[in-house]
Parts: sequence; C-alpha cells; structure tokens
Amino acid sequence: MVFKKRRKMNLTELKTGEVRKIKKILGDGNFKKKLENLGLREGVEITKVSAQVFKGPITLQIGTSKIAIGFNTARQILVEEE
Amino acid sequence: MKKILLMGNPNVGKSVIFARLSGINVVSANYPGTTVEFARGYLKFGQERAEIIDVPGTYSLTPTSPAEEVACQILKQGNLVVNVVDATNLERNLNLTLQLLQQNIPMVVVLNFWDEVKHIGIAIDTTRLEEILGVPVIPTCALTGEGISALHKRLGEAEVKFYHYEEEERWHEVGKIIKAVQKISHRHHSFLERVGDASIQPVSGFFIACLVIFFTFLLVRIVGEGLANYFLVPFFEKFWRPVLVRISSFFQSVHFLHSILIGPLKEGKIDFYSWGVLTTGLFIPLAQVLPYVFAFYFILGILEDSGYLPRLGILVDKLMHYLGVHGLSIIPLLLGLGCNVPGALAARIMETKREKFIILTLMAIAVPCMSQIAMVTSLLGPYGVRGLGVWAGAIFLVWVLVGTLLNRLLKGESPEIFLEIPPYRCPYPGAFLKKLGMRIKWFVKDALPFVFLGVLLVNILYSIGLVDFLNQKVQATLRPLFGLPAEVGVALLIGFLRKDMAVGMLAPLNLTLKQLIIACVILTMYFPCAASFIVLIREMGIKQMMKALLLMGILTILVGAALNLIL
Repeated sequence: MVFKKRRKMNLTELKTGEVRKIKKILGDGNFKKKLENLGLREGVEITKVSAQVFKGPITLQIGTSKIAIGFNTARQILVEEE
Repeated sequence: MKKILLMGNPNVGKSVIFARLSGINVVSANYPGTTVEFARGYLKFGQERAEIIDVPGTYSLTPTSPAEEVACQILKQGNLVVNVVDATNLERNLNLTLQLLQQNIPMVVVLNFWDEVKHIGIAIDTTRLEEILGVPVIPTCALTGEGISALHKRLGEAEVKFYHYEEEERWHEVGKIIKAVQKISHRHHSFLERVGDASIQPVSGFFIACLVIFFTFLLVRIVGEGLANYFLVPFFEKFWRPVLVRISSFFQSVHFLHSILIGPLKEGKIDFYSWGVLTTGLFIPLAQVLPYVFAFYFILGILEDSGYLPRLGILVDKLMHYLGVHGLSIIPLLLGLGCNVPGALAARIMETKREKFIILTLMAIAVPCMSQIAMVTSLLGPYGVRGLGVWAGAIFLVWVLVGTLLNRLLKGESPEIFLEIPPYRCPYPGAFLKKLGMRIKWFVKDALPFVFLGVLLVNILYSIGLVDFLNQKVQATLRPLFGLPAEVGVALLIGFLRKDMAVGMLAPLNLTLKQLIIACVILTMYFPCAASFIVLIREMGIKQMMKALLLMGILTILVGAALNLIL
C-alpha cells in the first residue's frame, strides 16, 4: 500500500473558479499585516479568479473586491481542504 | 487655520471629493496610487477658511509602505478627518475607519460610490451606521457631485468619538458592524464584470491586451494626424500666415528683430521652419505636437478611468520582472510616453529605491515623450516600417537592454505585485474632459517657454557665428562614430531644452534615411529634456542621477555606433 503524506494546500494549487477558506498565512507580522490590509486573513473565504502563466500573479475575489498577488505570496497562503 | 484631512484607502475617490470641495483640479484615475503628492486647497468652514488636504491613500495606520508612512505622519497635524470610504467595499474600508476613530480627532465618514452600491445589490443602513460609529455618515457620488453639499454642511457636526475595541478583535468588530448595517442580495454578473474577468485570464487577457495596445497606437496616430492635417496646419496657413506677413513687413527694416520673430523668408514667403519665435516657435508645438499630445491623453484618459491599466499590469507582470520591476510599473512608464515629468512623479508608487531607480533610468533613456514621438513620426513616418519601425524597434531594444542590465547589476530583488484591482467603470465625461483639459494646459504652459528659449538660442548662436564653431568641434565625433554631418550638433544642443524642437531641426538638413534614424535614436537617448532632468534629479537624487547619466552616455555612443555599422 502506498502511503501518501498529505501536504498542506496553498493558493497556487487551487484551480481557477474554486472557492476556499484561508486556513493559515505563513510569514512574519509585517507580511501578514500587508495581506490583512487587502482583506486577506485567516478564516476569510476567497475565490481564485485567475492565474497567469509561468508562475505569474494570482487574482482573487474577496467579498466584493478583487486583488492580485504574486506567486510567492500566494504560496504562503494555505487554504482549507474540501 | 484649521486643517481638514481627506483620508481613506487607495482608489476610493478622495481626489475627486477634494476637487469638489476645494474647486481645485487634481488628476484622478481608476487605479490605486494616483495621488502621490499632497494637494492642498481651501474651503469655507463655518465662518472661517480652512485648509483641505488630499492625503495619499492608506490601508491602515500601521504603515507597511513609505507612502503610507507619510499619510500617517500628516494625521498628527490635522484638526478634522474626512474618512472617505468605498461603500461597495465597506468591510475592508471600515478597518481603517475604526483605527481613525481611536485617534482623538473629529471625524466624518463619507460613503462614496453610493450609486454603485445599489447596482451591485448591496443595501447599507446609513442611519444605523451613524448610530454605531457615533459620527456623521454621508453617502456621496463624488463624480457626479451628489451628496457633496450635504457633506460640506455636515462638516461642522464632526465629532471625536472613541470607539472602544481590543486591537486583536478589530476584524471581529468590523464584522459585527457589517452584520448590523449591510445586506447583500444575490445578483447576476454584469456585462462589465464579465469583460473584467476575461481581461485577466491568461489567454483571453493576452488577446484583449494586444487589441487594446494596437488600437491605442492606431488611434493616437489617426487622431493626431487628422487633427494636425485637417485642423491645425490649415488653421496656421489660413489665419496665422496673413498675420505673420503683416508683422514681417512691419519689421522689415529692423533686421535683428525680424530674424528672431519671423526668421529668413523662403522665396519671399513666410516659412514655418525658419526658426523664428512666431513661426517655428509656435508651429512645432501647437500645429505638429499638440495634436498628438491631445490624442494620447484622450486615449490614456479612457484607459485610466476605465480601470484597465492595473489589469494590463497583471498580465505583463512576469515580463516586467525581467527588467527588475513588477507589472504595475507600466503605469508610470505609460504616463512617461505622454511626458516624462508626470511619469517620473508616478514612479513613486514603486515600493523600493531599486525599482524606482530602474523605472526612472528606463524613462530617461528609452521612453520618448509624445512631443518627440510626434516629431519623429513626421520625419520618419513617410518611410513606414523602414523608418519609424526601425527607430521604434531600436528604442524598444534599448529599453529591454537597460532594464535587464540594471536588474543584473543592482543588488536586491524586486517585490511582487500586490494590489487591489478596481472594478471597471465607465469614464465619467465631466471628470474625463476636465483631466484632458488640465493636461493640455500643462503641456502648453510648460512647453512654450522652453520652445521659445530654444528658438532664441538657435538665433543667437547663428547670429554670433557660434554654430560653425560648435559644428567644427563636434565634427570629430559625429562623423566617424555615427556617420552624421556636423550640423546635427546644433540639434543635439537644442535637445537639452526641448526634444521636439531638436528633431525638428533635422528636417532641413537633407539627411539620408540611415542618418535620420541614427540622429533620432541618439536624440531620444542621450539626455532627458531640461524639464524632465530637473524632476528626475528631484526624484532620484544627484548621485543616482549621475549613475543614470553615465549609463545613458555609454549606451548612446554604443547604440549610435552600432546602428551606423548595421544599417
């Protein structure tokens, strides 16, 4: 039997159009604060709107607003699994 | 005098409200970070005059960027805060509102974009919100002016209200308020939203971007050329020429004045390229350049106000990272295509010194302004791709080269893109035309003095015979390196003042196509015009500017010489 250890899922792994809750944001206080200013914080529900090719920016919908973040930033945002 | 501060998140319409309250026009656009400098104005506040300050947008009072730091600093000097809130985005905006309420300063809250709230199916109970916050809450639609007089009237009711909450519980507190005052009803995607989504998807977004860029250039060309050929040039021929004939005959005996005002006659007729203050000095800026400047700002205004630019920034983000900057930098660069001066100011939206240096150096070397593009187009346009195309291609390659080079040479990394994407909005004609008018006025006001100075300088240089002396001096470098005749030397000199005049000086020299291309490329690269130079020094400091100038000098010589070998 193959045992697959489940890794935590981050925003970059979501498909376009998927809706998830943010589980955890990795990084220091300042980084978290910056994300929080645009409404990105733990427990908030987001929809992935688009992702550009070659690890380009990722666009999210939070409530009525849309935001764009870089690939590496998105990697530090973990989402809840279904 | 009392100081009233307009504060709020970026892109909530503070500048439009500022313009409404103070009567002073400031540039606004539909993307975050349009306001980089404090604008100050005055308004009547009760019986006295009060100062009103348009503060650059900030998301919170614990600043995460230098721009936000400045916003927080000014808070200490204020006597009253007008907290402008995006009503379509109440939850996130209230985060700042709650922080402001703890600052012990009288405050009113403005719910802007009130007209959009209904459209997107949100209902906000303003009376309830007023009760909870304890300060006046005024719905407005700043673009149309709705609610502004109510805001003005209620400024006096501003109150200090200490809204108590635990710091860690702020979002929870915001959530409670939202629950009490806001109801969202479900609704379908609007047409604009669907277009909005398509324009940030990788594939459809790419095609839309190509279309937008293609039509932007096409329209600038068509509108610019059309205005020049069918409107302004005929106007000069029909109305200005007769006036000049009279002036010419009046000053016939005063040779010195005649040559400065009218320049030499060509076969007994007035010549608009005679380098007189009243001929070339007006003809180049107003008949040849202004049409393109108008066309460019017309289309830029639509792009700005619709909210497309940040989306374009997201699409090109990955590519821009090769030049050491993120995608949002296309906004200052695009503004720089109009004129490097506002472009350089807009570069303040870049977070780090490194990015700012890259953007400003790129702008100084390889972002020609519309005045220059217009003149180059009139010279090289007739040759089509072989002329204008080669020039544009060469400048674009230099642009890529400079960016890549700086990205390699400079220490540090460029931060990632991080921004709120504004919704698409239909440009509001009133604000749109006002902005266009302001920009045209700036162009005329800023360009004409330098143009006159340039024409005057040319005349003086010729009349005291310094031109020949200068030409002899530069002959040694221009001919062997770039294959250019010595006469181009004067154009290079005038280029320090105005690039459009400098390019215009090439016209009567009978240069070959190859020489024209090389001269235009060199004129584009070698130095920013006087006005941009001053702003660039102010924005990047003397030391950084020297570095940029050094790179500029080396590259100009290399590229000019290389073109001379290849073409």
